[in-house]
Amino acid sequence: MGWLQDFYTQNSSTINFFGLNAILGLSIYLTLAAGLLSLANAGFMAIGAYVSALLTIHAQWPFWAVVPAGAFVAALVAVPLGLPVLRLRGVFLAIATIGFGEVVRLFFINWDYAGGALGINGIPQRTHWYHIFGVLVVLLYCFWRLRASRTGYALEAIREDESAARTMGVNTTFYKLLAFVLGAFIAGLAGALQAHLRFIVDPNDYGFGEAVDILVFAVVGGMNIFIGPVLGAGLITVLPEALRHLRSFGIQPGPDRTLVSGVVLLLVILFLPRGLVSLFSEAPRNWSRREEPLAPPA
Amino acid sequence: MLLQLDGVGKAFGGVAAVDGVSFGVAPGQVHGLIGPNGAGKTTIINLISGLLPPDRGMIRFGDQRIDRMPSHRIAALGIRRTYQNIRLFPAMTALENVTVGQHTRRSDTLLERLWFSPRVADEERRLRGEAMALLARLEVASLAAVRASNLSYGDQRRLEIARALGSRPRLLLLDEPAAGMNSTEAQLLGRLVRSLLSDGLTVLLVEHNVRLVMEICDRITVLDFGRVIAEGTPAQVSRDEAVIAAYLGTEDEQPDDVQETKASLEAAAGRLIEPAPATGGARGPDADAEAG
Repeated sequence: MGWLQDFYTQNSSTINFFGLNAILGLSIYLTLAAGLLSLANAGFMAIGAYVSALLTIHAQWPFWAVVPAGAFVAALVAVPLGLPVLRLRGVFLAIATIGFGEVVRLFFINWDYAGGALGINGIPQRTHWYHIFGVLVVLLYCFWRLRASRTGYALEAIREDESAARTMGVNTTFYKLLAFVLGAFIAGLAGALQAHLRFIVDPNDYGFGEAVDILVFAVVGGMNIFIGPVLGAGLITVLPEALRHLRSFGIQPGPDRTLVSGVVLLLVILFLPRGLVSLFSEAPRNWSRREEPLAPPA
Repeated sequence: MLLQLDGVGKAFGGVAAVDGVSFGVAPGQVHGLIGPNGAGKTTIINLISGLLPPDRGMIRFGDQRIDRMPSHRIAALGIRRTYQNIRLFPAMTALENVTVGQHTRRSDTLLERLWFSPRVADEERRLRGEAMALLARLEVASLAAVRASNLSYGDQRRLEIARALGSRPRLLLLDEPAAGMNSTEAQLLGRLVRSLLSDGLTVLLVEHNVRLVMEICDRITVLDFGRVIAEGTPAQVSRDEAVIAAYLGTEDEQPDDVQETKASLEAAAGRLIEPAPATGGARGPDADAEAG
């Protein structure tokens, strides 16, 4: 097991950030599964991070309590936000949730108790890889069991045709809020775990850029099944690290690597429009034979 | 009356789409709702199913007022509908579409599913069996695993009915179920609709195919410009002066449409005066010829 130990010590930050990003990918998958393009999850992540860090530093709460507390507060904020905002659809919802993310960021920048623009430093490191991957495994299990459940089908039906779902008896307002609040909870978990992993909480880490990164995990990985965002998080976390080895081909760190990274993402989106998962489940749509109806119309 | 509309009105931007409509649907019947384009038929279906709130009037289902209820609660009471422009869940399979239709009859929670509760597994198995039986009844069982968007037009129409039946509704609202079907398909559909009655279902049928309506309906309400202009049995309605005027008009109508509709009305009237064929029974080959 020596080599495994070595591998972990060399790559621990990549491995842990993959786990956190996968959790964030799952948090946005939940809203996307209901057809909601919400970019609020970076904001919820910030809430989870700040709440848990402040409880650790100022209230000396134990680690096992601060992480769920952070997630819980994020979910609590999601309820009054979701009620009005989820009436919007598509880009309008995206814009409203981006606005929420900015409000959260500016709130923390101006909140002196929480360190203002400098954020919080010196958070004790309590998160270990098994916390992150423990949470990830539990979440994956929950998502797997959600798939063919009453709730899972209801969310999918809302994504496909909201008013048709309503006339099938699906309480669309409730299920959309449920997806939004649970997504906030999961993002809050990720924020709390991250805060206790890397010592600091910086309000500018939870801005628009982070919100888009989370969305990219799902887009690159695929949005049709919950494995997709995990794969997407994997590729996007590992890619920059893997590109480090390209130095021998004359590719320098910095702009070069970002360029290569961007090209890889572009290729994925062009040739695997349904995400990385389509590599495993089915051939990409535009390559495969079309599924013809089995019987011609009578 | 299972369903009762009382002075229901709905206007869009000052134009009255439905203008004081009152009629009742008796339980165990196929009730037809016909009228020329723009008469307000689909609006009435939308009002009953709760997708639109009425401006005025009252809608009762059984002894409950439903005109101010959100549509998912109306659905839970046992009213299901199909759509004129098919609205399946395109990325889901045929079987999954019916499963969503069973939403109000499922009771599993995520917590129960997390520990593989046997009760939930039983319920799922039972409902899945029922869903397959429904698909078989609508003759789309072999397509259970095919995505709805990949089904042919007629199969999509039938699947939509299967999805609506998944909840075992008491009242089924069919909005032009035969649109785009040829006469053979329409006849099969008519037979199916009649067969639903023996399951204790009541049907409100909006349909442009006058012949189909005349054949399978017990009662018919005729709308024009958002008002009820006639109501009665198919025989009464097809002889009604106001109905003939509304359908054939006096001018500005396309001759083809006029001929077709007139032929259908006459054919229906003729058949109904002679001993009418048993509703729901097999239709003679002449029925096809008449439609042209």
